[in-house]
Amino acid sequence: MKIGKIADLLHADVLCGEEHLENEVHSACGADMMSDVLAFVKDQAVLITGLVNPQVVRTAEMMDMRCIVFVRGKMPADDIVELARESGIVILATMERMYQACGILYENGLYHGGVAQ
Amino acid sequence: MSEPVRFHFDVAGENFVSAGEASAAVKKLLRQLGMDPAVIRRVSIAMYEGEINMVIHANGGTADILVYADRIVIVLEDHGPGIPNVGLAMQEGYSTAAENVRALGFGAGMGLPNMKRYTDSMDIETAVGVGTKITMEVRL
Repeated sequence: MKIGKIADLLHADVLCGEEHLENEVHSACGADMMSDVLAFVKDQAVLITGLVNPQVVRTAEMMDMRCIVFVRGKMPADDIVELARESGIVILATMERMYQACGILYENGLYHGGVAQ
Repeated sequence: MSEPVRFHFDVAGENFVSAGEASAAVKKLLRQLGMDPAVIRRVSIAMYEGEINMVIHANGGTADILVYADRIVIVLEDHGPGIPNVGLAMQEGYSTAAENVRALGFGAGMGLPNMKRYTDSMDIETAVGVGTKITMEVRL
């Protein structure tokens, strides 16, 4: 699925990384605990989260993720957006809640991919 | 290669905003050295967890990365409170982090287990009231 389609499906604002909207991603995960993302996620390209702080971007960066979706209308501060821009990560912000956002993307073919144990 | 390529970083304590800067820098440097992306990811995740731990628990510390021809060694050293029970700390889900740390998405008791998970060996030297030194190795 193209990152741009994720933005369309979630009626999300694109806060940075507009140049990457044509890039394809194949899996996603939803989490508010970054420790769990670092522990159990493998090769997911999209992180859907309600947590807003710079460590969300750092976590995505370490995991080689390409896109972060902030749910429930949460807006990251400028320094968070700038950090993502420097790392080449797209930031989307949607009014959808976590459950709906995950459900909409799953229903449209963006699955969770592999989980490392 | 007899002499390793070395990188040294000072990790500032109690600065949650900048935590991870050293790990991000290492990730870029390893990319510049042309390392395998899977190796880079393992090194940077293990170091990032360690860096977060140093910020949360130990008021910062130092990180040294040594790149040999056949392995990468990560040495994290702090002068924090030490780990009273390493066996307990290695259990997934055991955490002494404060509630405010959990609100930031960490402190789930996954840090040390994750560091072990992503590296080929991990050694912890710790003394209560003195500090902790963690040496991790990722083989190439």
